[in-house]
Amino acid sequence: MTFHKLSLSFATLLCVGLPAMAEIDLSGSWASINHEDSLERGGGPYPADWAGIPFNEAGRAKALSFTQSVISMPERICWFQTQWHIAAGPFSLRMWAVPDPLTGKVQAWMVGAWETRAPMTIYMDGRPHPGKNAPHDQTGFTTGVWNGNELIATTTHLKTGYIRRNGAASSDQATITTHFLRHGDMLTVALLMDDPVYLTEPYILTRSYNLSTNPVSIGGPPCIVGDEGVESGRVPHYLPGKNPYTGEMTKYYGIPEEAEMGGAQTMYPEYRDKIKDKFKLPAKCTLNCGGGGGGN
Amino acid sequence: MQRKTLTRFCLGSLVGLLMMQAGLYAQGRGGRGGGAAAPANAKAGAVIDLTGTWVSVITEDWRYRMVTPSLGDFQGVPMSAEARKVANGWDPDKEEASGDVCKSYGAPALLRVPGRLRISWQDDQTLKMESDAGKQSRVFHFGDWKPAAGTPPTLQGDSTAEWVRGGGRGATDGSLKVTTSNLRAGFLRKNGVPFSEKTTLTEYFDMIKEPNGDPLIVVTIVTTDPVYLTQPFVVTSQYKKEASDAKWNPTACSAKW
Repeated sequence: MTFHKLSLSFATLLCVGLPAMAEIDLSGSWASINHEDSLERGGGPYPADWAGIPFNEAGRAKALSFTQSVISMPERICWFQTQWHIAAGPFSLRMWAVPDPLTGKVQAWMVGAWETRAPMTIYMDGRPHPGKNAPHDQTGFTTGVWNGNELIATTTHLKTGYIRRNGAASSDQATITTHFLRHGDMLTVALLMDDPVYLTEPYILTRSYNLSTNPVSIGGPPCIVGDEGVESGRVPHYLPGKNPYTGEMTKYYGIPEEAEMGGAQTMYPEYRDKIKDKFKLPAKCTLNCGGGGGGN
Repeated sequence: MQRKTLTRFCLGSLVGLLMMQAGLYAQGRGGRGGGAAAPANAKAGAVIDLTGTWVSVITEDWRYRMVTPSLGDFQGVPMSAEARKVANGWDPDKEEASGDVCKSYGAPALLRVPGRLRISWQDDQTLKMESDAGKQSRVFHFGDWKPAAGTPPTLQGDSTAEWVRGGGRGATDGSLKVTTSNLRAGFLRKNGVPFSEKTTLTEYFDMIKEPNGDPLIVVTIVTTDPVYLTQPFVVTSQYKKEASDAKWNPTACSAKW
């Protein structure tokens, strides 16, 4: 090797190494802390509770037509298993880095699966996202960049999925941006769903995790398409105005029915003024009140 | 390029790159940069700009935040048996009649209350956070500030703050860590879920960006209470930046709404 080439190689290696100094290690098992949205992440939300989701009319109509029988259809059986499941499910995470075998530089970060969600591969090598006509799947395609100690992952090419486990849908045009923020032994993950088909503005959920010495399983059974008895050609649904579950939040918690229907306005403080006179505080909580033990 | 010139160029480049590496390495470890002067004060050394008016974005724990949860609705809170006993005695009418109506606006709960925050520098070492909901005010002291001995506990407590450097070069790099103690007892939720005077609070303020580039504050709130919690209670709240104070709407505390 000539002197010139040697010098250039050395300089190039240093340049390549620069961003690495701005990274932190995210590897390990991260135990989910499910204090927030405990019911939604655990037992599941009420069938017609979409408060806080910035729906457009299409998103609301889609959600109102949803019945859980939909996920018995072979075509929809894995509908819940996009990467949004990190935010909407109760599961812990396991993360590890995949190094380039020649340079040792991190080529990808992996976010391990739990049960039916496929692992998330966050490519860190600068590769572009596929073209707009490339196939979509439940996992999508994710690339990552570091902003200091924050890992920012962008996921595209998803199949249609869900944003709340009661029929609030995301389209195949959605983009998920996931921010990994580490604070010592605590990890905060903020996920933003940007969906031009069903949402009027990005929807954000944040989740917290504790670093754990108990290894999180990453080998859960995959979601497998199977026959659950839905006859071919039938699409379980509720017709407009026929969803039998609307009004449950009013019945159990005194929350006005209009709030259940979601929309961006339900995300902001001013909305309280609109529902203040319609809200009726029940004398006592009667259902899904929590044992007070919290969830971890 | 002559061989001698090339040698100088390469050596110069290497030295420069090594210095950059060293500087970044030091930042990544919370240092102030190899050879770079330390910021004169907390304001000058801010790693993220939290100043401005911010509106809460309520997409989580909606039924405990946007409306008043009913008696006995404790979903998600790791309460001790004693806490359940106390909370089951909650009576909103009595709370209102007591005149002490700000119990659910204390530091451990304030950032769960729907509303707006106004964050500004009180001085070069003190960051002030005001809330329009409940008209509360918190102050975050940087440096080696210590409260005066014997200071009585307050709803917002005594808070110390430090910047945690991220090590990168972006505008949203790093976070603010705030530690709060000397709190007067209050409610974690409006329906009487209690926190005691032994509570300590650790908060991490991060700034991320929405897809359109607008900034969002993400606050991770860790409440530790040996009396009423069986483990640290961890939640996160989000705030979106507003262009002006136009929607700033100071409202009094309420025990019932």
